[in-house]
Amino acid sequence: MRQHKFSREIPDKPSDIKRYLSITLFFLLIYAAGRFTRFSLSELFDGMSEGGGLIKEMFFPPDWAYMRRLLEPMQETIQISIVGTFFGSIVAIPLAIVSARNFLRNPILTGIFRNFLGIFRTIPALVFAALFASIFGFGSFPGILALIVFTAGLVAKLGFEAIESIDPGPVEALESSGASKLSILRFAIIPQILPQYLSFILYSFEINIRASAVLGYVGAGGIANYYNRTLSYLQYARAGSIVLMTFVVVMLLDLVSSKIRERLL
Amino acid sequence: MLDIRNISKVYPNGVRALSDVSLNIQKGEFVSIIGLSGAGKSTLLRSINKMIEITEGDILFQGKSIKEAKGKELRMIRRDIGMIFQSFNLVKRSRVITNVLCGRIAYHSPFVTFFGLFPKEDKMIAFEALDRVNILEKAYNRADELSGGQMQRVAIARSLAQEPILLLADEPVASLDPLTTIQVMDDLKRINRELGLTMLVNLHHVDLAIKYSTRIIGLQGGRLVFDGHSKDVNDEVLKEIYGRELTSSEVLGEVDDAPA
Repeated sequence: MRQHKFSREIPDKPSDIKRYLSITLFFLLIYAAGRFTRFSLSELFDGMSEGGGLIKEMFFPPDWAYMRRLLEPMQETIQISIVGTFFGSIVAIPLAIVSARNFLRNPILTGIFRNFLGIFRTIPALVFAALFASIFGFGSFPGILALIVFTAGLVAKLGFEAIESIDPGPVEALESSGASKLSILRFAIIPQILPQYLSFILYSFEINIRASAVLGYVGAGGIANYYNRTLSYLQYARAGSIVLMTFVVVMLLDLVSSKIRERLL
Repeated sequence: MLDIRNISKVYPNGVRALSDVSLNIQKGEFVSIIGLSGAGKSTLLRSINKMIEITEGDILFQGKSIKEAKGKELRMIRRDIGMIFQSFNLVKRSRVITNVLCGRIAYHSPFVTFFGLFPKEDKMIAFEALDRVNILEKAYNRADELSGGQMQRVAIARSLAQEPILLLADEPVASLDPLTTIQVMDDLKRINRELGLTMLVNLHHVDLAIKYSTRIIGLQGGRLVFDGHSKDVNDEVLKEIYGRELTSSEVLGEVDDAPA
């Protein structure tokens, strides 16, 4: 072996205890969480074999005739997402503008709106739907409201990030020409973010169509209402046809929407 | 017309960009500001239209104090001062004509222009501005379809549409190749001559400054160290402004006006 020479001493290897402790703690946490929720692998496998029978009842074959009756609630589901996405995206515009750091340049006001948006986005759409259903009664209206709130939060967040990442040059140019804030917004900011904004609307529509497929569960309108009903009557073939139809519709709309988004950007 | 009185600028981080600079500019002058990067050229230019707020002194534009101006009054002063930039600052996704019409915005209420409706007279002013920089045929192209030199000409047209009294140009040719540089500088010179529009231009290339301007301002470390006719700029003056001999990057060199 060759003789190595060093000008000074090799430093001591730092202790690995912290690393091992972290790893141990990590697995302990997972174990504790599993215990707490009574998760058991044997139950999972038992359930799987049972589930096999259930899947057979649901899909082999599904209740094709029942699908005709699903057209109307499916349409309602799609309508809820369209209306919710539309109005939510409109509400998002002023929210995004006041939340963007590079527009108002008022850190206090911007901070307030950003936190407000942040809080709203932590609440899932389904929770809003349940809340609104208890306030306004069952039907599609609470579902639409829930999606408006959810979409506004999402599109506003994506929107202010888009505004903050624009090329500041045109803003500077317009400001130096004596243009007012409103004109700067109209001529320097909006043209730069318009395609992104449209793509955010489509993106939230894709999310909303999935969300609205389960809104009926809490009485907020749409197809999930029927899912709930058929399951409680143990009509598995009917439940199967709902799942199948939801799957196909969501996938199709998703495909169309993402194709349009590709074109936009 | 423009009276800069003992202005200083200290940035919040403590950097002193301008120290006690005084300057008086007359109508119709073509003035170049030269100096090293960080000498305060950009700060000086941006102080004039209050894109940067000065910490001391005052600037009078047509007798009105820029330091005191706020809100609408400031916007009206800015409307009379055009500005062009190194990176052109066009809205690339918008059409050329829309970009030029942006120069007309300050003439109208934002609620009128919000829908993109400009009076016919404004459109004519915009077309005329494009014609003056020989790029009228590109009016309906999208700005991102143009070359760098064309973009800068559109930016000049936008500032001309403001019908300004003073044009500030912050390194207008720094991102252009030598040939387009000459074309854009020729445009500025011609506009200065034809319209009597006062020009205040930051330039990196000393030989361009000497060739095009009637008067040269030299900044060094935020201080005004030279203010005189371009004929009076000699090696001694340059040594004071730059603190050393010029490097090749500060001289554009000879450019063939007619490429093969």
